[in-house]
Amino acid sequence: MAYKPRQGSLKIVDVAQISRVGALSVTEARLRIMWKFAWSVGVTAALNPTLYMLSVGIGVGKLINAHSGSVDGVKYLTFLAPALLATAAIQNSMDEVVFPVLEGFKWTKSFFAINSTPVSARQIADGVLFAAILRTAFSVTIYGVVIYLFGGFTSGRGWVAIPLALFAGAAFGAFIMGIAVAAKNDDTFFMLLGRFVMMPLFLFSGTFYQLTTMPIFLRWIGWLSPLWHTTELGRYLTYGHHLSLAMVCVHVGYLIAMFGFGLRYAHQQFEKRLSK
Amino acid sequence: MTNTTNASREVLIKATGLRKSYEDFAAVNGIDFEVFKGESFGFLGPNGAGKSTTMRIIAATLTRSGGELTILGKDPQSNGPEIKAHLGVVPQADNLDNALTVEENLYVYGRYFGLPKNFIREKIEELLDFAQLMDKRSVKVEALSGGMKRRLTIARALVSEPEILMLDEPTTGLDPQARHILWDRLFRLKEQGVTLLITTHYMDEAEQLCDRIMVMDKGSIMAEDSPAGLIKQYSTREVLEVRFGSDRNYVVAPQLEVMADRIEVLPDRILLYAENGEALLHEMNEKGLHPVTSLVRRSSLEDVFLRLTGRTLVE
Repeated sequence: MAYKPRQGSLKIVDVAQISRVGALSVTEARLRIMWKFAWSVGVTAALNPTLYMLSVGIGVGKLINAHSGSVDGVKYLTFLAPALLATAAIQNSMDEVVFPVLEGFKWTKSFFAINSTPVSARQIADGVLFAAILRTAFSVTIYGVVIYLFGGFTSGRGWVAIPLALFAGAAFGAFIMGIAVAAKNDDTFFMLLGRFVMMPLFLFSGTFYQLTTMPIFLRWIGWLSPLWHTTELGRYLTYGHHLSLAMVCVHVGYLIAMFGFGLRYAHQQFEKRLSK
Repeated sequence: MTNTTNASREVLIKATGLRKSYEDFAAVNGIDFEVFKGESFGFLGPNGAGKSTTMRIIAATLTRSGGELTILGKDPQSNGPEIKAHLGVVPQADNLDNALTVEENLYVYGRYFGLPKNFIREKIEELLDFAQLMDKRSVKVEALSGGMKRRLTIARALVSEPEILMLDEPTTGLDPQARHILWDRLFRLKEQGVTLLITTHYMDEAEQLCDRIMVMDKGSIMAEDSPAGLIKQYSTREVLEVRFGSDRNYVVAPQLEVMADRIEVLPDRILLYAENGEALLHEMNEKGLHPVTSLVRRSSLEDVFLRLTGRTLVE
């Protein structure tokens, strides 16, 4: 069966349709690639939270509960749950945007191949981000189930932390995607991201204790961190951690702004890089 | 090809004064050309001639600095997706998805054009056959040879049945056998009436594949015609290549100048342009000039380029 153009692109390619849903074709390709690693994605999604629950949630939690009875009025695992979900979401979405971006622009340059099709630079960015959100949704849902099984959700509202974490993942993913496009050297980029962004976020965002416990000169890391804003909201929504309405607005506003500006920045970076 | 014939043909690409500048450097310096439906049009020139830049402007992935350009009657600057929908692009370096199989690469690319799954499935069978990759369909791209990757990249560009297939240096880096397989595939496309746009710095490739060639150097057009037309216009029928040794080439050159229509003294050899190379060699021997080696061959596009620019094509 030899190649024979029967109709020609003028008849078979619907540009108007691509302008509406072109990003989904990028998501579809990304999911196809993820599927190749389904086994490790699944094991990581289940094993990671289980180990965390056993070590920090149960182990450290027992120590803290025995010492002070509770944290923020709830048992330690309940206090920890929203923070762990947000951390998992942020970490997952970051992985799922940074690696494809470096691969697409630098390693295999597959984004330049997509850029030769009617799919626009913005749609490539949207498609990659959406795939990252789907992968993150899978991971944080598994995480939520594990937390539930370990008794971390003491109220019926515990599940609310899952979509909240997912939104934080989307916001951080959009923001970090634009930065990854601009990265000149991927080795340095990974090193800087891991040491100077992810680690401080994890340690200084009120994950394991309330931010107010920290000395004032270190709290600013938390204030800047999407993890702290998400964790505060998560604790407020899941077990009634005290927050003023103004602070609720600040946290929600921060995440919305990060998503909006992050996506806009990512669009600009994709367009710039693909038109060079 | 005469202008009368061209006038009756459908113009797919038309460039007038096309220009691309980077600060003080003009990569493409105000060029005019037309590409007609069903023809195979080549940009021939050395690295840095402006060929790939021109291709990227046509492919709507690079904005021009000046001039006019229409593809299928539309300006790529304001109708990027509409133009891209009808182009098949084969870039200089393969940018396949290494994590996916041969078949999956064709599938996802078809999806970028919004093609229905059933259509792509059928098309994949045709394209695997065309690219001679049927037995590699489930193999990951990273396991393919350079020639196979190239054929897959071409097959991928055909998934949407494009009006114009653009190939940027299609055989660079391939071994001779892989090049010939690829030329065969491209020749089949040409026979089927697919419009081909090719950049190359290989003169044999340009002669094999192109109906018309635009010779480019430093962002400008040096000449434009069919391969045979360019050779006829800018060279003689035959070329006599002689070597007297690198020290003596420049010494004997003045004596040879009067014997040939034109000569080119290169560091390692002298090229003498004449209608009859054998007769010229005979005359040379009779005058007591005995080169260390000699070769009579037909004029090629390399000679055309040397005549036009004073440089060899591959330096």
